[in-house]
Amino acid sequence: MNSFSYVRVRDVSSAVNEAAMDTAAKFIAGGTNLIDLMKEDVARPDRLVDINRIPLNRIEQTSDGGLRLGALVTNSDTAYNEQVEKRYPLLSRAILSGASAQLRNMATNGGNLMQRTRCYYFYDTATPCNKREPGTGCSAIDGFNRMHAVLGTSEQCIAVFPSDMCVALAALEAIVRVTGKNGDRNIPFADFHRLPGDTPQIDTNLQPDEIITSIDLPPKGFADHHAYLKVRDRHSYAFALVSVAAALEMDGNKIKEARLALGGVAHKPWRNREAEALLKGRTVTPDNFQAVAEVIMHDAKGFGDNTFKIDLAKRAIVRALKHAAQMEARS
Amino acid sequence: MSTKYIGQPISRVDGRAKVTGQAKYAGEYNVPNLAYGVIVSSAIAKGRITNIDSTKALSLNGVLQVFTHKNAPRTAERDENYWDEVAPPGSPFRPLQNDKVMFSGQPVALVVAESFELAMYAASLVQVEYKIEQHVTDLDQVRNEAYVPRPREGIDPPAKPRGNPESALAGAPVKIEVEYSAPVEHHNPMEPYATTVLWEGDSKLIVYDKTQGSVNNHDYVCNVSGLSSDQVRLLSPYVGGAFGSGLRPQYQLVLAVMAALGLKRSVRVTLRRQQMFTLGHRPRTIQNVALGAATDGKLQALIHQAIAETSQYEDYSEPVVNWSGELYQCDNVKLGHKVVHLDFCTPCDMRAPGAVWGLYAIESAMDELAYKLRMDPLELRLKNYTERDLNNNKPFSSKELRECYRQGAERFGWSKRNPEPRSMRDDGSLIGWGFATGAWDAMHFPASAKAVLSADGKLMVGSATADIGTGTYTIMTQIAAETLGLPIEDVTFKLGDSTLPKAPVEGGSFTAASVGTAVKQVCDKVRGKLFRVAQTLPKSPFANAKLEDITFADGHMMLTSDPGRSVSIQEAMRHGGLSSIEESADAAPDEAKRSQYTLHTHSAIFAEVKVDEDLGTIDVARVVSAIAGGRILNPKTARSQIMGGIVWGIGMALEEESVVDHKFGRFMNHNLAEYHVPVNADVHDIDVIFVEEHDSIVNPLGVKGLGEIGIVGVAAAIGNAIFHATGVRVRDLPITLDKVLAGVAVPKREILAPAA
Ligand SMILES: Cc1cc2nc3c(=O)[nH]c(=O)nc-3n(C[C@H](O)[C@H](O)[C@H](O)COP(=O)(O)OP(=O)(O)OC[C@H]3O[C@@H](n4cnc5c(N)ncnc54)[C@H](O)[C@@H]3O)c2cc1C
Ligand code: SF4
Repeated sequence: MNSFSYVRVRDVSSAVNEAAMDTAAKFIAGGTNLIDLMKEDVARPDRLVDINRIPLNRIEQTSDGGLRLGALVTNSDTAYNEQVEKRYPLLSRAILSGASAQLRNMATNGGNLMQRTRCYYFYDTATPCNKREPGTGCSAIDGFNRMHAVLGTSEQCIAVFPSDMCVALAALEAIVRVTGKNGDRNIPFADFHRLPGDTPQIDTNLQPDEIITSIDLPPKGFADHHAYLKVRDRHSYAFALVSVAAALEMDGNKIKEARLALGGVAHKPWRNREAEALLKGRTVTPDNFQAVAEVIMHDAKGFGDNTFKIDLAKRAIVRALKHAAQMEARS
Repeated sequence: MSTKYIGQPISRVDGRAKVTGQAKYAGEYNVPNLAYGVIVSSAIAKGRITNIDSTKALSLNGVLQVFTHKNAPRTAERDENYWDEVAPPGSPFRPLQNDKVMFSGQPVALVVAESFELAMYAASLVQVEYKIEQHVTDLDQVRNEAYVPRPREGIDPPAKPRGNPESALAGAPVKIEVEYSAPVEHHNPMEPYATTVLWEGDSKLIVYDKTQGSVNNHDYVCNVSGLSSDQVRLLSPYVGGAFGSGLRPQYQLVLAVMAALGLKRSVRVTLRRQQMFTLGHRPRTIQNVALGAATDGKLQALIHQAIAETSQYEDYSEPVVNWSGELYQCDNVKLGHKVVHLDFCTPCDMRAPGAVWGLYAIESAMDELAYKLRMDPLELRLKNYTERDLNNNKPFSSKELRECYRQGAERFGWSKRNPEPRSMRDDGSLIGWGFATGAWDAMHFPASAKAVLSADGKLMVGSATADIGTGTYTIMTQIAAETLGLPIEDVTFKLGDSTLPKAPVEGGSFTAASVGTAVKQVCDKVRGKLFRVAQTLPKSPFANAKLEDITFADGHMMLTSDPGRSVSIQEAMRHGGLSSIEESADAAPDEAKRSQYTLHTHSAIFAEVKVDEDLGTIDVARVVSAIAGGRILNPKTARSQIMGGIVWGIGMALEEESVVDHKFGRFMNHNLAEYHVPVNADVHDIDVIFVEEHDSIVNPLGVKGLGEIGIVGVAAAIGNAIFHATGVRVRDLPITLDKVLAGVAVPKREILAPAA
């Protein structure tokens, strides 16, 4: 851990100013990820900008009938929010399958989007890692890679983005609202996180001077037919080996619309619209689900320890779709 | 009021202090002018340090010193000085004494600063350069270099072969030959290793240390640093879990002492979680088991060989295979245990060392044999039940294992089991029922205790033992209170202080027996004195009585035959003009008696698993464990010990593994998010049965100790249940979902081979 200065800001513009002034500054929200990384000497900010007093801690309706989740609302408060539970239960489920109650009480929505990979090598400064120190090499590719990605990997990095919440947000097609020195912009969820490519050190398309202010959920919440399935090495307090957010709109036994997002398999929540389109108009049968699973995992590539994820992901997709389809429609 | 405490479910006497934060741990002692040490750990597994550049760190205001092998105070020359009570044969590691790197994460520098944060930062600035040598951390790579290690004191080498195991195996009508593999595990107690050394001037030190043996570590500090015994007092009143990792002194102790002596200041050194993965660990162990049986299940041959790891500098070994030769009636037995050198630090005893691996293998193999024989696994055990330990050809001092089998099976409902794998389902999941046996030693070592009874009837008893969370404080207080008939609130037990009468390290489940006997003896001495004083009272009701005629209860001495005739303990003290009674006792095991027997605890574990066939996920729905552990001093703390063991066994079966990257020779999942142990959601019904067992041979108290037996056999029971559920035999711990799926995916696995 290095020495750093600390400043507490009370509004978005001060936060943006601080970030614009000092590229080595970092926002701190719940601190559940950043503090760990600082203690491990992985993150070395010279200034911490405490954003917790900025009034971004509300959940409110948007004009289009959706829901705005303030960036500083905790993961717990979001999951247990009445509107979220009723209209976006997929999101509640996903959040509650992550971390532990204590962590969710501290963790914020903005922080959840910005959390970094749990790759062992990324966390261990004694080993090379392109994400931590670009150009040093990726230790995971021929190392221990049980938790690593099988889709969208690059020769530079095979890390996984570990969030559960974001898998649901990807399926729900949330919008990330951000403010920077050039003003506000909206980032569609699919464009928020990046694949590693040649710049694995950059996780997201958020600019260094930008702060997340909210995550906006569109009106459609798929409350009637959804499932969040998280497969992991123990029943709680473990990151996903594979997770699946499935959201369906049904017309009797026919699928009108399908959304599928995968966690634990890539550097970002993984969606495949071509595969989703295949489900449109199809009936609920194991074969149809299996076919979609095959398409999604078609280009998957394993690295040894994680190769099992390819088959596991298919199994999880089929299971999640089945659960979502079979859900009793709510009255 | 009743002062009958032994056998009662007394709550922990230290519980309140612990849950209210009053119990202080080694890293929590704050004194003025305390300096903080942070350890720099080696990034490589093997080689030489060619340069350490501390200039950047030293240039920071408030950094006091950076100790390295170049400038650290020299500790003792000879290996003997580093041999603590539990050291295996070899040349123990000496922090900062030379340029050699022997394992990844080895301490290579200690940065001491005015604040912890500053020391952390400064440590990140220390630049270490190495000349890297090729390390070997993969046991499989060197398994053909395995050798028989020099024997460790107190651990029997594998018994000599008996009969003709090879030819018996060749001729056996039914046989299995299998290999089991178990990974490295780290103890990972919640409390990290920490030492706070208080500089008392004149090279006098008070050392707060996390340890399972205050005397052991006190003596080590003196032997290593050249301080005399009375210059060092070592205290360890509370320990936040240790599980064996605190049996030997850990390196932060000698580093903290070194810094305090070097700087003439109080110093604290605390390890980080990552550094907890640079300490001794349960060694990776490969085991080959061959069993041959007659078609009726009678064992005809048993061969069990293990290969485990040790470091390059010590011969660590465990009793892995011996159990197999003692558990069953078999005339043709061969046992072997070898080790290979790896570039890790020396492994270290961890809850039921040896037995957990050994019984995992033999009890899995017995299960495999049972399927091959088409025989109920429990029936197979009974068929080969032995009343004698055939390794040593001795009777057991007591062995209620049959009763464990019976009561455990009944509670579990074993008779309703459909023997066919994959035959039981519930709610879409495959259900499996598995079973295994457990065993552990009932050891007893010399220990001492002292007692001080004051005139107000308050009793203090002390012994330099430890309470690593097992309940030592509580059971010793119970023994003392009941022996003297005092209310438990009036009794204080002290431990974890090297100035108290000597006790061995707390380990091996021998504390209840060893220290308990000393506490009983010293309290008996106080009893004798009290009685003699009471006899001198005017009109003493005991004038013609003998000590044996007296009952001590409810703060009184009374004639057992006529309890109305009594004297209060305080009254006796007052009349006798005694301000206090002080006694001490040195208790030793009755070796003449004990050595004629094999002394063990036993258990029977029954487990139910639910396996999601599509996803491979496993739930341990319930575990029943029936324990024969001699006399139970406190069913509440006893049950906690067994439950803790079972929970750990669940982790061992399904989750725990210190993952090595052999390229770096380094453990990679070095934090508690990635090193998995069971969480609440992984643990369901646990049912503990204590089977009645009387044993007058183990020790006068009849106790056998319970710290370890709870974990032994659990992983086998769960693995066996998984096979019953799925038809997949995973012989490589932990049994993760991918291994199960890989098995399910192979369609025609050899599930039920016909009995030949
Ligand atoms: C042991 C452990 C287990 C976990 N398990 C899971 C799990 O199973 N599933 C899961 O999904 N998550 C899991 N988590 C991760 C947890 O969800 C994240 O740590 C948490 O969401 C981060 O939120 P925070 O507010 O604490 O972020 P902080 O730690 O405060 O910040 C994290 C990053 O986000 C940036 N940041 C924060 N807020 C903003 C903002 N408004 N705008 C721009 N940047 C911002 C910070 O600068 C920092 O870089 C786990 C964490 C731990 C420690
Ligand atoms: S996978 Fe990515 S994060 Fe992990 S070692 Fe490779 S580059 Fe670093």
